[in-house]
Order: sequence, then structure tokens, then C-alpha cells
Amino acid sequence: MTTTATSPAAVGEAPTPGARRRGSAPRGIHGSPWVAVAFAAPLVIYLIAFYAYPLIRSIDLSVHDYNIRAFVQGDAEFVGLANYVDVITSDLFGPALLNTFLFVGISILFQYAIGLALAVFFRNNFRLSGVLRAMFLVPWLLPLIVSASTWAWMMNSDSGIVNAFLLAVGLDPINWLTSPDWSLTAVIIANIWLGIPFNLVILYSGLQNIPADVYEAASLDGAGAWKTFWRITFPLLRPVSAITILLGLVYTLKVVDIIWIMTKGGPANSSLILSVWSYREAFGTGQPAFSPASAIGNILIIIALIFGLIYARMQNREDA
Amino acid sequence: MARSTVSKKRSTWWKTGLGLFFTALMLFPVYWMVNVSLTPRSDLRANPPSLFPTSPTFEGYQAVFDQQLPALGVSLVVGLGCVLLTLVLSAPAAYAIALLRMRGGRSLNFILLVAQMIPAVVMSMGFYAIYVRLGLLNSLPGLILADSTIAVPFGVLLFTAFMSGIPKELLQAARVDGASAWRTFRSIVMPISRNSAITVSLFAFLWAWSDFIFASTLSRNAEFVPVTLSIYAYIGNNTTQWNAIMATAVVASIPAAVLLVFAQRYVAAGVTAGAVKD
Repeated sequence: MTTTATSPAAVGEAPTPGARRRGSAPRGIHGSPWVAVAFAAPLVIYLIAFYAYPLIRSIDLSVHDYNIRAFVQGDAEFVGLANYVDVITSDLFGPALLNTFLFVGISILFQYAIGLALAVFFRNNFRLSGVLRAMFLVPWLLPLIVSASTWAWMMNSDSGIVNAFLLAVGLDPINWLTSPDWSLTAVIIANIWLGIPFNLVILYSGLQNIPADVYEAASLDGAGAWKTFWRITFPLLRPVSAITILLGLVYTLKVVDIIWIMTKGGPANSSLILSVWSYREAFGTGQPAFSPASAIGNILIIIALIFGLIYARMQNREDA
Repeated sequence: MARSTVSKKRSTWWKTGLGLFFTALMLFPVYWMVNVSLTPRSDLRANPPSLFPTSPTFEGYQAVFDQQLPALGVSLVVGLGCVLLTLVLSAPAAYAIALLRMRGGRSLNFILLVAQMIPAVVMSMGFYAIYVRLGLLNSLPGLILADSTIAVPFGVLLFTAFMSGIPKELLQAARVDGASAWRTFRSIVMPISRNSAITVSLFAFLWAWSDFIFASTLSRNAEFVPVTLSIYAYIGNNTTQWNAIMATAVVASIPAAVLLVFAQRYVAAGVTAGAVKD
């Protein structure tokens, strides 16, 4: 077993620096290796039964032609990759893929930029800064159904506060959730709002780890706030930024609830992303189509893994 | 803080002002939820909507207590069940990885990291397929098991990170005194890891409480459904009673509010743990 962790694994480790170096007795403190296995066994069994097995079932669903009857009797026909071909050649695939990238890309860009700006702002020591920073966690802690339905009501065409505001400042009201031109924007806005706290908290703690003397040196050299940010804060924050963005990607690719609750992917599929499409095929209509749904879901996993690998490579290059 | 001079105070009051403004902007949707929950039904369609509950009514909350109490109870049970399951599975495993130097511990951590990337919608189809056969659809244990998959990898990673920092001398001393691995775990490691256990419990509870996807796929026809699903059904059947919907939303947010008030530092620790390298 290696003692140097591969990068993605290292992510989960050690807010306690030096922990890994200390006392690396090869077998730990209690002689037999079987003792350790006994402690980990329930988790391993759990992972096999409730992660690996459902995942295998989902792959199995995607290469068979399952309907609800075959589901119960287990006699579905094997169709190979036909479901994948059907999904990819479907008219919906292109738009859903594009929407997925727009939803994820724009959400992450704004969540990160706003989160970073707020983190830098809250780094200032001012009265109430701790309390206000804590308040920013609220949107992140609320159940998604709560946030999503609140946004849905705020963006209601006729009685929503957002349109009332637009009217008040002399703009035309917008059919946020009922117009195909705006539905994707509407769910992206709600999703950005939801992601800001997570970005703020992680980036803020990243800022805390930048030593104060670096800033003192910069101010002695006469660097202004803007220059300090671009030359010091931003580059030193890069590893934290990378992990924030990666986790953001993984979380955002998975999002179903917000869009399902606000628009159901409509109108006319205008806010349909891959995960919502998968959910809709499987559970959203009266007729569950698990086979195409799990094909879509598995494509989503592949996309997430590609991003994960890109990140792992980036980390390796940086460590080297 | 005590050293701050008058001039320094003067130079930061505008920052407090700006901070208040940002916070108010960010929390406006939350305020709006409360405002709508108190608005009488007749004023819900007012244009423009009233910015304050000028004539507050509790009819929305009346509806919550008449209709949503069982759902809140189900969510509570599911949340507590997930907390228990997550702790029982993740703390011993983390002990094995971090302190007993289990072979393959790092690979296990890597698997847990990847496990978090699997979309819940994919998991829910797998669970559905399995539950149909096992008869676990629409059952509480079935939902608890499925919901626990959200928190278990996080729990192991968080416990592992914390336990790696426990001084080995402490454990060696226990060994010299003749304590078994189990005894060491119970009497030394777990008491020291109390804060981690609180953090893991908070998140396990909150995620189970907030879950919509597993609830809507595995428990949609259950006799008693969790509160997320019952709000969803409420919205579907009820497009006019937004004050009652928002009142339910306010009540469903109570765990979040409680956590924020009483456990804020654990929450911040939980968000950053496992995410920030170094």
C-alpha cells in the first residue's frame, strides 16, 4: 500500500496538517490486520449492497428492454446498447445536452464569482461580519423543495414579486416559467442562489489559509487592492478554487429537484437537462421507461467521471 | 476587536452597511416565503404584492397543522434513522482506515469519493428495481436505507480526516494498558471525535429531511409520506393556496433554522471538511 495518496483521495483527508507523517507504523496499533477489516466490514457490505448493486442494476436496466411487467417478472429482453443509441439519436438529446452544459456552466461561473467576491468581502473585519456570514448559509440548508417552490412563486407571471419589481423600474414583465425563452434562465437564477453559500464557505476558508504576511509584504510594496487580488489572492487560492468548481460541477450535474419542481423541464423541453430527462422517463410520466432513463443516467455518470479525471490530472500536474 | 480605535470603527461602518445589504438581498426569498405564508388568501393575487404582511393571518399555518403533522413525523423518523445508520457504519470504518491502518484504506476512500458522484436519479432506479422484488417500496426502512446513501460516504471521509489527527501515543498507551481495539474505539476514539459525530449527524439528518428524489421515487404511494413529498403534492393539488404552501415550507425549514442558530460552527466545519485540501 502506498503512503502517498492519489490526489482525489487526498481531497477527503486531513484538515490536520502533518497527520499523515506522524507515526506511520505499518500495521497500526493493534496487531492483527483482521481487526481493522472487522471494523470496516459493515461499511464494505453496505457499499456493495446499496451502491454497487443499485449501480449494476441500473446498468442492467439500460441494456435490457424493461417495461413495468418485465420489471416484476425479470424476463426483459437483452438489447445491448440499443437504448443508448435511441437516446443519443433522439431529437431531445442535442438540446438536453446543450441545456445541461448551459445550466452547469453558467451556474458555476456565477456561483463561483459571487461566492469569491463575498468571501473576499467578508475577509474584512467589520462589525457583524461573522453573524452575516452565517446568515448566508440559510439558502444552502433549506430543503430544495422549499427554495424551489418559493422561487416558483416569486417568478409567477401575474402575482410574482420579481415581475412586480420589473414593472416598478419600468421594464416589461417576463413569463419566467411559462415561456420557452426564459425557463432555463429562471432555473439557472434559482440554482445560482442555491450554490452561493457553498462557494462562499469553501472559498472563505481557503482565504483564511493564506498567510497574513504575504499581504503585508504586498502592501509594503504598494500594491493596491485590485492588484493584490489578481497577483496574490487569486493565484494562491487556485487549488481551493479547483476543488470548489469540481464539486460544483458534480453537484450541479446531478440536480433534478429544482428544475423538476419549478418547470418539470418545460415548457416544450426548454429547461430539460439530462438528469431531469432521466427522471421524467423513469418516474415523471404515467408510463415508466426505466431502460432509456437509466441509459441517460449512465451517460451522466460518464460525463461526471470525465470531469473528475480532468481534475485528477490537473492536480497531479500541480503536485509534480 | 478591543484594540480597534475610533478611526478604525468609523472606517468600517460602511462595510457593515454593505454586508447588511448583501445579506438582505440574499435572504429576500426566505423573507418572501415567510411574508407569503402570513398573507390572507384574498391578497395573494394582489398586484403589486404587498411587501409586508399588513394584515397577517395564520390560516396557512392552520392548514399545516391540520394536514401536515404526519408528514413531519415521517421526516423526523427518516432523518433520525439515517443519522443512526450513518454513524454506525461510518465511525468504525473511519477508525479502521485512519487508525488501524487497514490495507486498501486509501482505495476505499477513493471509492467513497467517486460514490458521491453518482446521481441520485440513477441510484433511485437501481433501488426501485431492487425494492420491487424485496417489497420495500413505500416502506420506512426502504426510504431510510436509500436516504442514508447520501450521507454515508461523507461521514466516512469526515471521520477519517478527523481521526487521522488523533495522536497515536494516546492509542498506544491504551494498548499498553491492555485495551482491545473495540475498547479503544469506544472509550477513547469516539469521545474525542464527538464534534465530528455531531457534524456528521447534522448533515445526515438535514439531507434525509430534505430529500425529494428518493422520496418521490420510492415512497410516492406510501400511506405516510415525508414532508418534502407532501409539499410537492400540495403544490400540485393546490395552486391557489400559496399561503398554506409557504407556511408548510416555513415549517419544513425549521430544522435548518435550528441548526443555524445552535450548530453554526459544525455546519461550517462540515461544508469545508473533505473539500479543502491541506
